[in-house]
Amino acid sequence: MTGPENIRLSGGFMVLLRALGHAIRHHRLSTIGFFIILFLVATAAFAPLLAPYEPYEQDLYNVLSGPSAAHWLGTDNVGRDLLSRFLYGGRVSLLLGLVSTLLAAAIGVSLGLLAGFKGGLIDAAIMRVVDAILCFPFLVFLLAMAAALGGGLINLGVALVLFGWVFFARIVRGQVLLVRELPYVEAARAAGASSARLMWRHILPNTLAPVIVAITLGIGNAILAESAISFLGLGVQPPTASWGKELKSGFDNLELAPLYSIVPGILITLSVLACNFLGDGLRDALDPRLRGEERR
Amino acid sequence: MTDPSAPLIEIDNLEVDFEVGGRLFARAGQTKLRAVDGVSLELRRGETLGLVGESGCGKSTLGRTVLHLIKPTGGQVRFDGRALDDLDEIELRQLRRRMQIVFQDPFSSLNPRMSVGEAVAEPMLIHGLAGKDDWRPKVAELFDIVGLGPAMIDRYPHEFSGGQRQRVGIARALAAQPDFIVCDEAVSALDVSIQAQIINLLEELRTRLNLTYLFIAHDLAVVRHISDRVAVMYLGRIVEIAAKSDLFENPLHPYTEALLSAVPIPDRNAEINRQRILLPGEVPSPLSPPSGCALHPRCPKAMAVCRDLKPALRPHGEGHHVACHLYSEDNPGSF
Repeated sequence: MTGPENIRLSGGFMVLLRALGHAIRHHRLSTIGFFIILFLVATAAFAPLLAPYEPYEQDLYNVLSGPSAAHWLGTDNVGRDLLSRFLYGGRVSLLLGLVSTLLAAAIGVSLGLLAGFKGGLIDAAIMRVVDAILCFPFLVFLLAMAAALGGGLINLGVALVLFGWVFFARIVRGQVLLVRELPYVEAARAAGASSARLMWRHILPNTLAPVIVAITLGIGNAILAESAISFLGLGVQPPTASWGKELKSGFDNLELAPLYSIVPGILITLSVLACNFLGDGLRDALDPRLRGEERR
Repeated sequence: MTDPSAPLIEIDNLEVDFEVGGRLFARAGQTKLRAVDGVSLELRRGETLGLVGESGCGKSTLGRTVLHLIKPTGGQVRFDGRALDDLDEIELRQLRRRMQIVFQDPFSSLNPRMSVGEAVAEPMLIHGLAGKDDWRPKVAELFDIVGLGPAMIDRYPHEFSGGQRQRVGIARALAAQPDFIVCDEAVSALDVSIQAQIINLLEELRTRLNLTYLFIAHDLAVVRHISDRVAVMYLGRIVEIAAKSDLFENPLHPYTEALLSAVPIPDRNAEINRQRILLPGEVPSPLSPPSGCALHPRCPKAMAVCRDLKPALRPHGEGHHVACHLYSEDNPGSF
C-alpha cells in the first residue's frame, strides 16, 4: 500500500530513488548492471584496504613481470603492482565519470527546461550557445581545453562538464516542447499553478526518461573520454593511476605484459555496459505505465 | 458580493489571432489566423450555455480564451465584473480557483506521473483549500461526488477507463470549488452509454453546487439535453444564439438549419421524411475567410449583400439573436 508519505515524495530525486529500487527488483539486466557498478564502486572506495601494495611503490628489479602469487596481475614498467593501481585507478575514473556527468546533467536539465518552457529570447540565447559548443568535435574540444587550462584531473572534469551539458539541454528542451503543450499541463495552469510548479511537478517528471538514459550513457562516455585524453597524455598526470592512463601505458608494453592494458580495458567496458543496463531499467521504472506489475 | 442578477461572464467583442508560420522564413506580412472573430456573449449565473459548431470553428479557442489560458488579441472577458485583462499574474492565478475546465481527452489531460488523488488535490493545494497532510479526506469526498471509490486515490491514470478518467477530470475541476466550468467537448471522447452518465453527473452537480457551464460540443443531441441556451459558431463568429427550445424548434440562420437537419431522428418514419440541407463545399480556411458573411459561398439563401457585408448579431424575437442578412430590417428582400 502506498502511504501518504510515499505520495509526498513524488517530486524530484525521490522519484529517481524509488525508480532505482524498482529497476533493481524487476529488471534483470539492470540488476546485473547495478551490482557490477556497486562492485566497481566498492572496490574503488575500499582500494586502500583491498590493494596489496602501495600504488606508487616501485620495484625496479621486478618490472613488467607476469601474474604471480605476489603480484596477481603482474607489475608495470617501473615495477608497481598492477592490481593495486587498477583499484586506485577506478577511484579516478569512476569519480570523474559520475561527478562530471551528474554536474553536466544538472546544468543541462535546468537550462534545457528553462529554454523550452520560457521560449523566445531565453530559448534562442541558450540554444545558440549549445549549437556553438556542439560545433566542436568532442576530442578537439577536450584537447583545446587541456591546452588552455593545462592537463590534470580537475581540468579534465571541467572540460567534460562544459561539453557534456549541451546534450542534456537539447534532450530536455525537445521533451519540454512536447510536454508543455499537453492538456495536463494546461489543466494545471487552469488550476492556477505557478510557472515553477508547472515546470517542477508537471513538465520535468515527464521529461526525465530520456535524461536518465543519457546520464548512464554519459557516465560511460566520460570514462571513455578520460581514457582517451589520458591515452593522449593530457589527462591524469603521473604518478596517479586511472584506467585510461593504465590502458595507454599498458598499450606500449602489450607484448611483455598483456594484462597491463587488457584489464583496464575490460574494466572500462564493464562499467560502461553496466551503466547502460541500469539506465535501461531505470527508464522503464520511471514510467508508471511500465511498472504495472508492482501496483496492486 | 456582486449583484446576483448580473451576468457571471461577460465576453465583449473577443478576438483571438494566431500567427502562422515561423519567424525565420516569414514572408513579408505575417499570416494571421483569426480563430475567434468579435464574439460577444453573456453567461448568467447558474445557466448552461451550449456552444456548437464544426471542428475548427474556434469554439475550443473561445473556451480557453474565456479562461485566459489563451490571451485574447482584442476585446475582453469580465468575470463577475472584473476584467481579466486588468489582473496581474498573481491575481489571475487566484481567480482561476473560480473558473475551471474539463477537457475533451481524458487520456492526455491527466499527468501520467501523478496519482489521480494528487491530480485532484493539486488545485486545493495551490489555493490553500487543503494542506499537504489533510487533502485525502477532501479528495475522497470529491471522488464520492463523481462516483469513484476512495480506494482509487492512489492509482495512476493509466489504470482507469476513459469514463473514470473523465470523472477524475471533473473531480479536479470541482476541487477548487469553482463557480464556472468550461466543458470543452467533455463527453465527446466517451462511449455513448458513458456520455449519458457523465452528462447526468454534470447536470446533477450544477444544481447541487450552483455552477455555471460553458458547454462546448459538436454533438447537438448532447447540447440539446444539457443546455439552457445554445450559441452556434461558424468560422470564429457566433451566427445564432437563443434559448434551447427556441433554437431547436425555430432555427433562423441557414447554417443552424443545416446543422440541425444533420441530426438523425430516433424514429423510423420521421427519419425517412427528414429533409437534409446539405451545404456545398467545405468550411473555408480561417486563414482566408470569405468576404462579407463567412457562409455566403455555401449558403443556399445567399443574396448579393452577403458577399460584401458582414452581418451583425441582431436580436430577432425574445432572447433570440441571429447574424444573417435575411433578418435585417434594412434588407428589402427579407420576409
